[in-house]
Amino acid sequence: MSAPVVSVRGLRLALPPGADRPLAVDGVSFDLTAGEILCLVGESGSGKSMCAHALMGLLPRAVKPSGGEIRMEGTDLLAQDEAGWRDTRGRRIAMIFQEPMTALNPLMRIGDQMAEMFEAHGLLTPAERRARAVALAGEVGLPEPERIVRAYPHQLSGGQRQRAMIAMALALEPAVLVADEPTTALDVTTQAQILALVRDLQRRRNMAVLFITHDFGVVAEIADRVLVLRHGRVVEAGPAAAVLGRPQESYTRTLLAAVPSMDPPVRTPPAGPKAVEVAGLTKTYVTGGGWWRPARRVEAARGVAFALHKGETLGLVGESGSGKSSIAKLVMRLVEPDAGTVRLGDTDLTRLSGEPLRRARRRIQMVFQDPFASLNPRRTVGRIIADGPRAHGVPEAEARERARRLLGLVGLDPSAFDRYPHEFSGGQRQRVGIARALALEPEILVADEAVSALDVSVQAQVLALLEDLKARLGLSMLFITHDLRVAAQICDRIAVMRRGEIVELKTASALFAHPEHPYTRALLDAVPGRTRSAA
Amino acid sequence: MRRGPLAAFLRHPGAVFGLLVLVLVVAAALLAPVLYPTSPWRMVQRPFVPPFTLDRVPLGTDALGRDIAAGLMHGAGVSLLVGLVSTLAALLIGVPIGALAGYFGGRIDDLLMRFTELFQTIPSFALAIVLVAILQPALSSLILAIALVSWPPVTRLVRGEVLSLRSREYVQAAVVTGQTTFTILRREILPNTLSPIVVLASLMVATAILLESSLSFLGLGDPNRMSWGFMVGAGRTVIRQAWWITAFPGLVILVTVLALNLIGEGLNDALNPRLSREGR
Amino acid sequence: MALFLARRLGKGILVLLAIVVLNFFLIRLAPGDPALVMAGEAGAGDELYVAQLREKFGLDQPLPLQLGLYLRSILSLDLGYSVRQQMPVGRLILDRLPATLLLTGTAFLISLTLGVALGALAARRAGRLADTAITALALLFYATPLFWVSLMAIIVFSVRLDWLPAFGFETVGGGYTGLARAADIARHLVLPSLTLGLFFMAVYVRMTRASMLEVAGLDFVKTARAKGLREGTVQRRHVLRNALLPVVTLAGLQAGTLVGGAILTETVFAWPGIGRLMYEALLQRDYNLLLGVFVVSSAMVLLFNLVTDVIYRVVDPRIEAAS
Repeated sequence: MSAPVVSVRGLRLALPPGADRPLAVDGVSFDLTAGEILCLVGESGSGKSMCAHALMGLLPRAVKPSGGEIRMEGTDLLAQDEAGWRDTRGRRIAMIFQEPMTALNPLMRIGDQMAEMFEAHGLLTPAERRARAVALAGEVGLPEPERIVRAYPHQLSGGQRQRAMIAMALALEPAVLVADEPTTALDVTTQAQILALVRDLQRRRNMAVLFITHDFGVVAEIADRVLVLRHGRVVEAGPAAAVLGRPQESYTRTLLAAVPSMDPPVRTPPAGPKAVEVAGLTKTYVTGGGWWRPARRVEAARGVAFALHKGETLGLVGESGSGKSSIAKLVMRLVEPDAGTVRLGDTDLTRLSGEPLRRARRRIQMVFQDPFASLNPRRTVGRIIADGPRAHGVPEAEARERARRLLGLVGLDPSAFDRYPHEFSGGQRQRVGIARALALEPEILVADEAVSALDVSVQAQVLALLEDLKARLGLSMLFITHDLRVAAQICDRIAVMRRGEIVELKTASALFAHPEHPYTRALLDAVPGRTRSAA
Repeated sequence: MRRGPLAAFLRHPGAVFGLLVLVLVVAAALLAPVLYPTSPWRMVQRPFVPPFTLDRVPLGTDALGRDIAAGLMHGAGVSLLVGLVSTLAALLIGVPIGALAGYFGGRIDDLLMRFTELFQTIPSFALAIVLVAILQPALSSLILAIALVSWPPVTRLVRGEVLSLRSREYVQAAVVTGQTTFTILRREILPNTLSPIVVLASLMVATAILLESSLSFLGLGDPNRMSWGFMVGAGRTVIRQAWWITAFPGLVILVTVLALNLIGEGLNDALNPRLSREGR
Repeated sequence: MALFLARRLGKGILVLLAIVVLNFFLIRLAPGDPALVMAGEAGAGDELYVAQLREKFGLDQPLPLQLGLYLRSILSLDLGYSVRQQMPVGRLILDRLPATLLLTGTAFLISLTLGVALGALAARRAGRLADTAITALALLFYATPLFWVSLMAIIVFSVRLDWLPAFGFETVGGGYTGLARAADIARHLVLPSLTLGLFFMAVYVRMTRASMLEVAGLDFVKTARAKGLREGTVQRRHVLRNALLPVVTLAGLQAGTLVGGAILTETVFAWPGIGRLMYEALLQRDYNLLLGVFVVSSAMVLLFNLVTDVIYRVVDPRIEAAS
């Protein structure tokens, strides 16, 4: 093995006084070697992103290095001045970011932003820079390089923007590439393409890559070596096969165990009466249209039909824009359908309005995605849960009593009753959201990406809670997710959606074992880390 | 770590200064009839007494021998009254329109916002002049005119807030749990729009006072009430001989408006801590 | 682009029509006979003219018909006759318009350039002395009554220091021609345009500063830094350019206020524009002239909004996609 390009030794990053801990990163050491990808894994708040930014000298103003060194070609990067950093950035170490949607300047053409890389370091003539930009665009697989360099960021898809970011980072052939969660904001099929691109470029150029991620699937897909971080400290480090295959530390084992497997457990889907029956559901969103301007039409649902049996969990999976969340809103009557029916037993929900609709809502409840946006910051947790029963005429004392009982049921302390949402963590808030949904004693629960915003270990707990409550209370559940691993674990049957249509609907085990539709196959193939879990 | 909004407000030195000035202006308005029981229009001394020369008229007299200090004290009431009442009236017009447009969206929103845009396009000061001129100068027409030209920003703000809150998941949750539209507006939406409205209102009082003084300056003030703008206007023609007749009332307007703006900034920092001062 | 312009122009004309309708009802809001109101107090004695007005606007006809007649006369660019000034209102306004355009245009350019420059400087030095000074100054100008600061400027710069002329458009009887006349007008323009611009400068300083601080926290600025660009380039090319978008929007919204401010400035400095004309109409209760100026100034604002819309469209490539 060759000598490391970058050696980080005992890195300490101090947080401002008043933060939840004094050091964001405490004594972290690692080496980056040419031709190798090092994955920095950890949950939110582990300090992994701070390490990446420290390497670029781009730490937030409040965070200061307070010890250790970052050695590159014989000098300590932490000791260099601003001019030194400017020379390092882009030329010696380049970086790509998490959000391709916001990481590019919306007012500048893609090619100009690439050319800026050369300009920043005083290289080449303007004409040569343009030529290089076109060549780079081709190298990262952007279509029609000549044309695309003249495009603005909003004209590109998320995946294309991330390719443009990668092209930019590669422009000056840096020895080190830092990638900060570069695929987290992307759909699974796009993610697979970007991961392949990073892997391919890294091999061809013999770069050292520092890859930050929270996703063990991605780690399994791309890492040569792995470093697990927790609360700013290194928990475990080593070759990817060793850390993933024979984790030494209990924390690593917990994290790995929390990653849902791609093999659905054996379940017999309940074939009882239908709790919900959806038929011919159609919704087209028309946006922008004014008095003179033509409207844009997005078909969110095109004749969607499915049935949810009593006691069943039906998964609705798909990429962003597939219409899966619109189905949730349509079923909940948060959005009016253009056509189609949603039947709860013998009631047609789409035909109700006003007071009868309000009363019927009790039977079908929803758990939302964002644990921070789904609770009114100005109401106490107890009120949030009790408001629903009160609206349906439950006496105040009984509503309070029910709220307290539910807090216990979802695993929260009854003292949470009088506290405000901001005092709770994301996982706890999601438990409050579940309690709110259960307060009306519904027959059906609709969970819209209910665990997507949570860290993997919390996600596993909330999933277990949902599963347990569903069994105990005899609920039926419509579970919407973009994550096939989660779907595999919790769903009896799964419907795959694309562009407002269900392309395939069958039992979870059948879907994973024998996908029929080409799109389902593409989706399954794209799930990172498949090989490991299949092995 | 978390401190109350009051503490945050009081840590803002400008806001504290603003509050002190406002207390002084309110005190002046309340004490005017006590300290200067006679009409501020009455001649009390010879004309053109410079300031700081006679104890009885500390700020001097104007071209008609009226006491400037008395005028300033009596004018405080008019400014505060017009500023406060016209702002309240503008809120009464603007908040419901904005809330309706934001909550119901679609055609209602389209219609209401086009109406609002129309009012925002019309040069507001010119419209205020025309309104007061046609309605005849009086305190009530001043208030009406100022309210009529100041509500569009309220509507836009409330609409924007309601629109973004409406799609917030906790509002959807309230719909799903079967709460009524009225309860949702009252319990989930309006309380969360309150702090930006409070901030805007404090800035609107400042603007209203400026508008009132500008109208009075042009001679459109209530002819029975002494006001700061009128005093500046009255001193305009004799500005070469007697600077103090225009200087003092203008300075008082400036300080009062400044104070209200500072209070607005303090409120903004205290009530919307995330939105402001991110550069620090 | 042509479609966009046509669309915007169409919208502007609709708004203008709405304003004319508003005008129609404003006249009827005034106490007394609309014919007398339109003729103005002076014209009240002129029986013949009042009778003419009555017939022309069908004042004995039902209201919708009256509105139709009024719209027709406005659309044929007939704003009526000012009995006081013994001239058609349209003529009076047209004569005064160039002076107002010169004043507001100059004030606008001064306030925008100074405001953006100072705001950008304050944002770059956020929290330091320069920022504190600029922010405090902006706060002060933002609270200063326009008419008062104009008067104070006259006291200081004309009366005490005698540097600049206080009143008028040019030296009366100066007999200047060509460049000398331009220089003379420019000297007269300094105080009015500066005092009118102060308030708006404050507005742009505050907006630019806030907007730059907001943009500075966005992801693409970090991307720019990660390229190794100099801080100056990052600020100019990435932060400032994006931060100017809301300033352009604001500039469009401020047009109405600028025209309103011109009424005060022109009154104080005896600047022969339509603002001064409005004040004269006000003094003489010449309602026809007053409403005429009101309609024309509204049209000016609409035109200005159109220009800022076009600028915004040129600056921001995303608009194309949205429409």
